[in-house]
Order: sequence, then structure tokens, then C-alpha cells
Amino acid sequence: MKKIQFLALFIMLGALASFTVNPPAGGYKVGDTATDFNLKNVDGKMVSLKDIKNAKGFIVVFTCNHCPYAQAYEDRIVALNNKYKALGYPVVAINPNNPEKEKADSFAKMQERAKEKKFSFPYLLDEGQKIFPQYGATKTPHVYVLQKTAKGNVVKYIGAIDDNYEDAKAVKQKYVENAVDALLKNKDVTVKETKAIGCSIKA
Amino acid sequence: MILKKISALTVMAIVVLLISCKKDPDTAKTVEIDILQKKEVIKDTLPKQPKPLKIYSNDTVAVKAYDYAGLKYFLKQKNDTTYVINFWATWCVPCVAELPNFEKINANYKKNKVKVILVSLDMAKMIDTRLLPFIKEKQIKSEVLLLRDPDADSWISKVDSTWSGAIPATLIYNADMRKFYEKSFTYDELEKEVSNFK
Repeated sequence: MKKIQFLALFIMLGALASFTVNPPAGGYKVGDTATDFNLKNVDGKMVSLKDIKNAKGFIVVFTCNHCPYAQAYEDRIVALNNKYKALGYPVVAINPNNPEKEKADSFAKMQERAKEKKFSFPYLLDEGQKIFPQYGATKTPHVYVLQKTAKGNVVKYIGAIDDNYEDAKAVKQKYVENAVDALLKNKDVTVKETKAIGCSIKA
Repeated sequence: MILKKISALTVMAIVVLLISCKKDPDTAKTVEIDILQKKEVIKDTLPKQPKPLKIYSNDTVAVKAYDYAGLKYFLKQKNDTTYVINFWATWCVPCVAELPNFEKINANYKKNKVKVILVSLDMAKMIDTRLLPFIKEKQIKSEVLLLRDPDADSWISKVDSTWSGAIPATLIYNADMRKFYEKSFTYDELEKEVSNFK
């Protein structure tokens, strides 16, 4: 029943999408092509998706230092990169917050946090806060799974990492893992969008 | 002779043990049924406020915790009151910044049948260390509830279909109107919105 509703919704969305000319307001929807960027990593080097070789896609995570929800997921984000980088889906983390509004999210503090938590992936500052609005991220953490295709990086999943922010051991649905696993098997992602509580982005 | 006595004792002990083992599951079952029946009775006779999952308290403050199934009662009351439901957490800086505005509305509009409910999304480990001390220290007068339901995707859209999940977020409703805001409020903005609910 739920599946049918979902399908119906999808067909409707598809119908709507085919009539829209302008890019949809409020950021990307599943199926849109995501923009690349050129942002400063905690190691001081600039990072763009196009420079990450051997990638089949990306797990783009908008996250930050100060937010307890983001902190609750730090170890799980590291685990995601450890598991999926070798399979072609590395994590790329972006701090969307304006450090002037949130001191704990300054570039220096990002460097500290990345070192402390042994981030094995790029942790970039969205300088000028220009990238997150294009994606439509509203909070941290907020994940976009992208698949590299001939027409660009296509959004395949938007939302939460899993279904339990409080307790990693009590997780029943690993949304991001399920999405990437499906893509790796050339299958359709079943749960394409989820919502999670998070700290609003401070632009 | 002594040996015989000991072995007889052992046999008796084992028999007693066996009996008590056998009995246990039965009594457990009866207790379970009792609880189930009692629960149903409660459901039938008291359709009012749902029972909280837990009440967190220290010497001065107590906060009722609900999962979404329990909380939704507070999001759908139909009476002559306008409810202002603010989703917040002690660690959310813009939430804490706007909290005095909600407190002021709660105080100033009490006689106009406006009630503010502050729904905290603090995590379990922060309740004793942060939430309860915060309520005490800031002398929060509005009712504070705790939403403890970590499967957020299952309920965010039920609060409002437009909610992305970012906080602060506020729902204002009465019997006739309902409006959701994913934003921060100044006192004037909040007062203006509340006064539209007449």
C-alpha cells in the first residue's frame, strides 16, 4: 500500500517536474544534477569533486563542529568513508556554517575537530556559504548521495544517515548505506528521501 | 546415616527448585495479562492526556517524556485555546535566544487562552545535565515536554509536511487554524502571528 502511494507520488512528481522550466526552489530533488565546488579542506588544499579520481559517486555530508546531532554522527561518518571510499563512494564533508555566526565552526576549529576525530575524508569550509543553498541543505547533518554519470553528479538520495541519532547500536535502517549499496549493484535506491532533526544552518 | 540425610535433602532441594522453576513462567504470564487488561481499561476510560514514557525530575523540576505517538495529543487538541508549540533544545543557540519571546507570549496571553508548550529535543544523556538545570535556572514558566523518539523520519512530516527537521521550529494551532514555521521569532513577529489566530 505504502509502495503504491510512493509510486503514485513519484509519477505525479515526475509529471510536475516535466512542466517546470526553472530549477526547483529549495535546493535539489532526487534526480537533479548537483553542482561541483572548489572549497578549502582542513589540510589547506582546495577540493573539487572532479579531482577525486576513481570515484563512482560521492557521499556529500553537510556537517559541522558545534551541533550535537552532527557530533552524534561523527563516528558513523568516519565509518561510512572507511567502508565506501574503497568501493568508489568516498565521503566529502562540508561545514556550511558561517564562522562569524558560530565561532565553534571556524576553520581553525574544523582543523582541530578533524584531527581529534581522525577524519579520513575532506572536511571543507563552505566559504561565503554559497554551496549549501544550491544543494538545499537546511541543517547539520544533511546528506546527499551523488552518482557520477555522463551528465554529471546526479542526486540519488537526500536526508538522514540512519534512523537513530541517539544510539548507533539501535539503528534499524541505514539509509545512506542502503542507498550506496543499491547504486553499487546498479539498482534503484528504494528510500530516496528521509528527514532528520538537525541544527539549522547558520549562514 | 548422615550421608543418606544429605542426599535426601539434596533431592528435596532439587524438587523444590524444579517446582519453583516451573511455576515462574506461569505467574509471569498472569502478571502480563493483568497489565494488558489494565492498560486497555485505562485506554477506554481515560482518552485524555497520554501517559508519558517517563518523567525526568530533579528536586525542583519535572519533565514528561513522550514518543511521537504520545506527543501528537498535544499537537491536535480541539478546544477554545490557541496552542503555540515550539520545538527546541538547550544546545540550539537560536532556540535558546528566542525562548524568552515564547515565555512572554505565554505570560501576556494567558487570559486570551493562548498556551505555549516547549517541546525539547534534547538527547537522553543531556536531560539531567542540561535540560533540567536549564529549566530551573531560567525559571521557565511554559510547560516543557520532552520528545524522545530517535526515529525522526517517522514523525517529522507528521508534525508538518513542510518541516525539514531543522530547529527552531514552531507550530501554532487552534480548533480552526494551523500554521507551521521553520524559523526564529522576535517577540513582535510571534505576537503578530498569534493574534491572527482568533
